[in-house]
Amino acid sequence: MKMAARDEDAARSSRPRRVAPAVKSGRGVRFQKTITVNRPVQEVFSFWRHLENLPRFMKFVRAVTSNGGNITHWVVTTNGTKLEWDAETIEARPNEVLSWQSLPAADVDNAGSIVFRPAPGKRGTVVNVNLKYAPTGGKAAAKLAKLFGKDAEAVMEEDLFRFKSLIETGEIPTTEGQPHGGV
Amino acid sequence: MKALCWFGKHDVRVEKVPDPKILNPHDAIVKITTSAICGSDLHLYDGLIPRMEKGDILGHEFMGEVVETGPEVKNLKAGDRVVVPFTMSCGQCFYCQRGLWSLCDNTNPSARESEKMNGYVCAGLYGYSHLYGGYAGGQAQYARVPFANVGPIKIPKGIPDEKAIFLSDIFPTGYMAAENCDIKGGDTIAVWGCGPVGQFAIRSAFLLGAERVIAIDDVPERLEMAREGGAETITADGDAVFEELKEMTGGMGPDGCIDAVGMEAHGATMDARMDRVKQAMKLSMDRPTVLRQALRSCRKGGTVSVPGVYGGFVDKIPFGLVVAKALTIRSGQTHVQRYLKPLLEKIEKNEIDPSFVITHRLALDNAPLGYKAFLKKADKCIKIVLKPHALQQTE
Repeated sequence: MKMAARDEDAARSSRPRRVAPAVKSGRGVRFQKTITVNRPVQEVFSFWRHLENLPRFMKFVRAVTSNGGNITHWVVTTNGTKLEWDAETIEARPNEVLSWQSLPAADVDNAGSIVFRPAPGKRGTVVNVNLKYAPTGGKAAAKLAKLFGKDAEAVMEEDLFRFKSLIETGEIPTTEGQPHGGV
Repeated sequence: MKALCWFGKHDVRVEKVPDPKILNPHDAIVKITTSAICGSDLHLYDGLIPRMEKGDILGHEFMGEVVETGPEVKNLKAGDRVVVPFTMSCGQCFYCQRGLWSLCDNTNPSARESEKMNGYVCAGLYGYSHLYGGYAGGQAQYARVPFANVGPIKIPKGIPDEKAIFLSDIFPTGYMAAENCDIKGGDTIAVWGCGPVGQFAIRSAFLLGAERVIAIDDVPERLEMAREGGAETITADGDAVFEELKEMTGGMGPDGCIDAVGMEAHGATMDARMDRVKQAMKLSMDRPTVLRQALRSCRKGGTVSVPGVYGGFVDKIPFGLVVAKALTIRSGQTHVQRYLKPLLEKIEKNEIDPSFVITHRLALDNAPLGYKAFLKKADKCIKIVLKPHALQQTE
């Protein structure tokens, strides 16, 4: 598996680039990771197809609401800063691929694609995630840039682990709220 | 409630902490009736395990009474008496569905860290650092048990706590170590380390049909307990062990060799790992030496089984021997859930009474003294059980 890389690194890489071209080259942060989840491809695709599910496992995504068509509205909060944008679903080929990109005037210019394929040996579904983010300017966006710059890889990887646990078990492992000795 | 908390090297304290709560749908809360201190807890106590945080509640061997269950726990109800496995398993992932319970993909909230360390994510464990999820442990009056739909096993009324509690870890761990030797009738099995896991490995090897078990240690009372379990013994004395084992096995070597010493020297970076290896080598038994001895002593085509946990890099392992002698090496954290039912049956049929290993019984309040004694092997200490709801004893 390959983690997020800065654009210049990505440009040197011979890996195929799957992200929709919403984010100008030379800007932003890319994230790429592949995991296998022990659920049928239909179920996994359907889960992602309903982007409203994303806040259930994405730490900083508060809400994704659909207009019933191809447009979704995203709300992300981090350290009390709220960022919003609209995104358009570009491709939704059942059980194969899902991609979207943000519309102009987004706080964060971003694009993503998820490629699904059945895992060999009936081991569920191989999920390949490609995301790209680039803040468009302003204080709020700069904050997010910081978050999705240095920590982008970590946040997104953790989100994917949470996704896998959620779809396989119905819950996300946590220790938040457990007892602890006074320090 | 009261709980034993870790604050640093050789600093554990019983503190008042909030009671645990249900946090996830598959959780249960257990009122702990018996808990224990494990040899691997001593590595936390010695400060050898990274990613501990001040205030962490220790303990991964415990049993008790279910007092509350989450909405998705259908197999248990309040009042059930259960033993809780030290490994957490979801029951739904690739690994759980193949019986590889300790490799569960979905129980470790520190999944990313675990992946960075091992290449892939390993299961969450109770009270065993934030690398294994940072879960509060069971040296406490109550514990939250995640995935209670998969882990805990109900214990019938007739089986007292002290016979059942070691199903949580050391009995299955010793049993899996012996089972990994693929024992056939007539086999001789050598066991390095006669701590609690070694003791269960000895008895399990006999249960699995070994003709002879040879136990190796340098602590007289532990060797004595091994002999009570039917083993012949060798007092560990460096390279002489190999010669003695060879002599005792007619020049052929043991068919299976179990390293029940282990090392558990985890580290996040290369040099941290190496430092911890060096630290471990200062301990009473030269630990990599055990693995080297086991590899050297094992007969051609035999199996070296490693229940002891090695954390990082181990220096100068004669891997050429593995190739030359066609050895099989088997290891792993225990797939506890795999052994709960069959081993409970053996207890019910009186084939084994696991309480033989207990040397000390303490109230939870006295657990810090217990850690001290266990570390120093003082007062012939081999295994300590804790009573979380007992009144404080006089020291």
